[in-house]
Amino acid sequence: MSALLEVMGVSLRFGGLLAVSDVSFSIAHGEILGLIGPNGAGKTTLFNIVNGVYKVDKGKILFEGTDITNRPPNDVVHLGLSRTHQIVKPLNGMTVLENVTVGACFGRDYMGLKPARNAAMEVLERVGLADRAETAARSLTIAGKKRLEVARALAARPKLLLLDEVLAGLNPTEITQMIQIVRSIRDSGISVFMIEHVMQAIMNLSDRIVVLSFGQKLAEGLPEEVSRDPQVIEAYLGDPDIAGKLLENA
Amino acid sequence: MSSQPSTNAAAPARKSAPSASRGPSVPPASRRGGILLHPVFWLTLVFSGLMIAAPLHGNNVALREDLVLVAVAIILASNLNLMIGYTGYVNFGHIVFYGLGGYVGLYLATVRHWNLVLAALAAGVSVSLLALLFGVGILRLRGAYFALATIGVLVAVHSFVSNFDPFGRSEGMYVSFDAYAPLGGPMRALWITYFLVIAVMALSMILSLAIKTSKFGLGLFAIREDEGAAVVLGINARVFKAIIYSVSAFLPAVAGTLMFYKNGMIDPSIAFEYMLSLEGIVMLMLGGQGTVVGAALGGGLYERLRSYLLTSPRLSNFHLVIAGGLLLLVVLFAPGGLIGWLYRLAPRAQRVIE
Repeated sequence: MSALLEVMGVSLRFGGLLAVSDVSFSIAHGEILGLIGPNGAGKTTLFNIVNGVYKVDKGKILFEGTDITNRPPNDVVHLGLSRTHQIVKPLNGMTVLENVTVGACFGRDYMGLKPARNAAMEVLERVGLADRAETAARSLTIAGKKRLEVARALAARPKLLLLDEVLAGLNPTEITQMIQIVRSIRDSGISVFMIEHVMQAIMNLSDRIVVLSFGQKLAEGLPEEVSRDPQVIEAYLGDPDIAGKLLENA
Repeated sequence: MSSQPSTNAAAPARKSAPSASRGPSVPPASRRGGILLHPVFWLTLVFSGLMIAAPLHGNNVALREDLVLVAVAIILASNLNLMIGYTGYVNFGHIVFYGLGGYVGLYLATVRHWNLVLAALAAGVSVSLLALLFGVGILRLRGAYFALATIGVLVAVHSFVSNFDPFGRSEGMYVSFDAYAPLGGPMRALWITYFLVIAVMALSMILSLAIKTSKFGLGLFAIREDEGAAVVLGINARVFKAIIYSVSAFLPAVAGTLMFYKNGMIDPSIAFEYMLSLEGIVMLMLGGQGTVVGAALGGGLYERLRSYLLTSPRLSNFHLVIAGGLLLLVVLFAPGGLIGWLYRLAPRAQRVIE
C-alpha cells in the first residue's frame, strides 16, 4: 500500500535563511510519525509547508497520491489533511461548539449546519470538552484551548492530523489526558504527524520519528534508534563530547 | 419538527451560562428550522408594516419624509454590517454603492425610460458585479490597508462620475416631471417609491438574518474572528469575502435608485456623501455590530438624532461633534452597542434577538 503522505525534497527559503532544506519523508496509513528537533529547526515551518500555508521553493508533496504541493490550506482540508496550531488560534468570540462546528462545516465532508453541529458535539465528547460547549472559546484555559484545536481539526474528519505541540504548557495530568486523546485518534484510523518537545511522550506515542535540525533532516527511525543517535544528541546539546559520555553511561 | 432532536441533544450542555462576551454576538449554531420561524423575521415584518401604516394614516407626508430617511439609514447600516459586523472588514466607502446605484438606476429610468423597479434591480446587479471586481482586487488587503483601499474606491468612483458625460458630469442628472407619469404622477410616485424603500429595508434585514443563520454566515464570522485560522479550517476566505462585499452592495444600490428618483435629482456631492459613509459606522457601533437588530436599531436611532440636530437652530452645526462624541462613548463604555448591552443585561436575549 502506498504511503498516505509523501514529502519529496521540499525546500523553503526565507530571505537569506534556508528554513527547510531538501527534506523528504513519508507517513503510512495508521501511523503516528513524530517530528522533533531543537528550537528553530523548522518543524512548524515544515507543517506550514505540508498543509499549504507556505509555498515551497522546491520539492513535491503527495497526499494519497494526489499532488498537493502549494495547494492552499482550505483545499487540503477538503482532501482530509487537518492541523492544529502551536500558538492556539481559537475563534474567540464564538462558543466552543461553534468553533468545532466551523471545523465540521468546512471540513472533508463539507457538512450542512445541522449535521455539522451534531458531529461537533460528538467530537467534543471525545476530547472531553462537551460540558464547555456553550462557553466562549476565549474563556477556556490553555489546556482547554489545546483540546479545542484538536477538536476543531478532528471535526473535519481528517485522514491525517498534524498536531503542533499539543502537549506544550500542559500539566502532567493534562498531558496524560491528551496522550490518551492522541492514542484514541490513531485507534480510530487517523494517521498522526506530531511535533512535540515533551520527549517521553513523543517517544512513547510515535511509531517512527523524524529529527530536524537547521532545516535539514538529521535522522529518521524508530524512537529508540533516534534517541541513541549521537548526531541527534549533539543537535540537542550542542556538544559531541557530552553526547558520547551520555551514551556511555546509558 | 425535524429540528427537534438536535435541539434536545444539546439541551444539557446549554444549562451552563451562555457566553456573555463583551463583543458582538455570533451566529448561534443552535438555531435551526429556517428563518421563517425566527422571531427577528416576524419583528422585521411587523416593523415594516408599522413604517408603512404610520404615514398612510391621515396622509402624513411630513412623517413619510422623516421615515424614508430612517429606512435608508437602516438599509445602509444593515448592509454595511455584513462587511464590518459579520466579516470584520471595515468599509469606509460603503456609500459608493448607494451613490453609484442611484446614478445607474436614474440613468436607466429617465434617459432610457426603463420601468423604475427594473432600473433599480439593474442598478443593484451592475453595482454588485462591479463590487465583485473591486473586491477580488482589494480584499487581498487586511485591516487598515483594506480600509484605506475602500476610501480609494470611493474617491475614484466619485471622480469618475464627476467627469462622465452620460451621468451629467458635476452637474448631475434631473428627473423630469414626465418621468413620474408611468407611476401615476409625482404624488403617487412618491408614495410608491416610499413603499419600495420600505420593502428594500425589510429585505435588508431579512438578508442579514438569513446570512447570519447560514453556513455561509458561520464562515464569515470565523473569518472575522481569525482569518488565518478560518482558512486552515477549510474556509476559502478570498471567495467568501468577495461574495459578501458584492452582496453588501446590492440593496444599497437599489435603494439609491429609489431615493434619487424620489428626490428628483442626483449630483456627485449628494450621491457620494463621504460623511454619511462614516456615519454608517457610527450607526453600527451604536446599535451593535454583528447583529441584525443592532444594525437596524443603530441606523434608525442615529438617523432620528441626526435629523433632530440638523433641524435644531442651535445645534445644527454640531451634529458631527455629537456623533463623534457618541462614537467615543459607545466604544469606551458599551463596545457591543445597544444590543451588546442588552445581551449583558439579559444573556437569554442572545437566543432570540440576533
